[in-house]
Amino acid sequence: MIKKLLDFFFKKKKQIIESEIVAKEKQQKQGKLTPRERIEKIVDPGSFHEWDMFVQQASTDLGLDKKFLPRDGVITGTASIMGHPICIYAQDFSVAGGSLGLAHARKITKIMDHAIKLGIPIIGINDSGGARIQEGVNSLAGYGEIFFRNTRASGVIPQISIILGPCAGGAVYSPALTDFVFVVDKISKMFITGPEVIKTVLGEEITMEELGGARVQAEIAGNAHFFAESEEECFEQVKRLVTFIPWNNRKKADPFPPKPPKPGYKISSIIPEDPRQPYDVRDIIRAIVDDSDFFEVMELFAPNVVIGFARMNGETIGIVANQPLVLAGVLDVDSSDKAARFIRFCDAFNIPLLTLVDIPGYLPGVDQEHSGVIRHGAKILYAYSEATVPKITVIMRKAYGGGYIAMCSRHLGADFVFAWPMAEIAVMGPEGAANIIFKNEIANSPNPEETRKQKVQEYIQKFANPFVAASNGYIDAVIEPDETRKYILHSLFISKNKVDQTLPKKHGIPPF
Amino acid sequence: MEDKKELSILPLDDREYSTFLTKKFYQRKKYTSPDPTKLKAFIPGVIQKIYVEKGMEVKRGEPLLVLEAMKMKNDVFSPVNGIVKSINVKVGEAVKKDQVLIEFELVKTHEG
Repeated sequence: MIKKLLDFFFKKKKQIIESEIVAKEKQQKQGKLTPRERIEKIVDPGSFHEWDMFVQQASTDLGLDKKFLPRDGVITGTASIMGHPICIYAQDFSVAGGSLGLAHARKITKIMDHAIKLGIPIIGINDSGGARIQEGVNSLAGYGEIFFRNTRASGVIPQISIILGPCAGGAVYSPALTDFVFVVDKISKMFITGPEVIKTVLGEEITMEELGGARVQAEIAGNAHFFAESEEECFEQVKRLVTFIPWNNRKKADPFPPKPPKPGYKISSIIPEDPRQPYDVRDIIRAIVDDSDFFEVMELFAPNVVIGFARMNGETIGIVANQPLVLAGVLDVDSSDKAARFIRFCDAFNIPLLTLVDIPGYLPGVDQEHSGVIRHGAKILYAYSEATVPKITVIMRKAYGGGYIAMCSRHLGADFVFAWPMAEIAVMGPEGAANIIFKNEIANSPNPEETRKQKVQEYIQKFANPFVAASNGYIDAVIEPDETRKYILHSLFISKNKVDQTLPKKHGIPPF
Repeated sequence: MEDKKELSILPLDDREYSTFLTKKFYQRKKYTSPDPTKLKAFIPGVIQKIYVEKGMEVKRGEPLLVLEAMKMKNDVFSPVNGIVKSINVKVGEAVKKDQVLIEFELVKTHEG
């Protein structure tokens, strides 16, 4: 008995220590942490329990029988983050380049199946050269099995991908199917075809960093949701995210102790007098939410719309806000995609939605039209209309045209719509509207410029205010900006037991 | 964000908004109308064969050249009825996407 225990003890220690030494040596050269260090830095101290430690490569072909691939290149297990249970796996680049073989894939799918059954989030740390070529179609099968589970688990448990190394070819599609992708500057690289292939086939020269580095993924391509300068910063972001979201779609996110916003954020002093002047809508958010604590998602991509999590009276809410600071806060292809996906995440995981509206409309342009702004813009309409969580909308300065409808208007099923007294709700801005409606009067006037100004003023007086919409019941209350938090808290309080049944169906067909 | 130092003016609906612009907004492709007198490479590649010569009259649909790209030999056909005004590439030359390969002088026919 004692001998067996001793043997086991040494076998286990050998497995952990030896592979850790190898990993440390190889990873350190590239400025990266080992998979075990990564897991331990993310999860609560001492909470990690490794599974399938003695699994090795499934194939013995093409020289694989002569190799020892500990754990087949991936560490899997369960742990907790700030007391929340999670399943986690981390690929080990020091074992055959983190390549995905059949056993490696089976370990991942096994831990995913557990996460789905147990109803807890799954976190995947990707650091892999891609498919293990020696294992042929079995390696591809492994990817397929992972994608299948990513898709089936979508909207059931939160899925988080952390890219801490290369993630190329087919491997990129698992992160793409998950809810949140984290990248780290100079470490994360994601692409379908690498710089070498692009050079041979197309003659275009580009570095790996310029093609699919962390910054590109977070700012230009929009595949990544969180960008960090270091692995440690990234792990802090992951932990923070986990505290905002529920374990699964049957639960609500764990509440925190309620806190008032920090003094120093006063809405009425943030909004500029001149409607053409910008302000940072994140300051408005900070003036409204608990502890002025706003956890922004996709900060770098399509910054003309701001999305993220915060708490009101201790409960998690999802916020979508137009950002007048960037591109005047217009909706376009990218910002529509960004907002729509976030809305669907919040709806799937029982997170109430707060929409802050200050929108001049959709961005005009050939590139926008040709990239399908119709189809992309429709995603927002779809996502808001489909969402059955409590939906609260505050129209701040302006809501024009399609933008008014899209930003969770009453017509798309908002439960409560508020407007500030200066809100202009109309088909378009007063200048544009007056130029069209009074075209002839302006043209025939002895002093066209004077008439134009007069007509613009006339239009502003009559239509560019919240009272026409309020008189139709499209707005529930016109409120003072500094009362906003009070009204939102009350709306959330009375929406707690909201029931909104949708028509029975297999699933909808959103415009992709 | 280094690309967002100064506020710019963005006109929308006859109102000029003061706002920051994004890197992607600056990088957006400006639209140009297609020019029927110019044949452009639809993909980067290498010119394998040229079937026509300067001064030749070509009909719409006639093969003009072979552009090899992605390991495929692509026959490129004339998009117009016209006379070859100039051939800007040689056999063996590597061309970029949208590089002008052949220029035409359009000829009106009863087909239109």
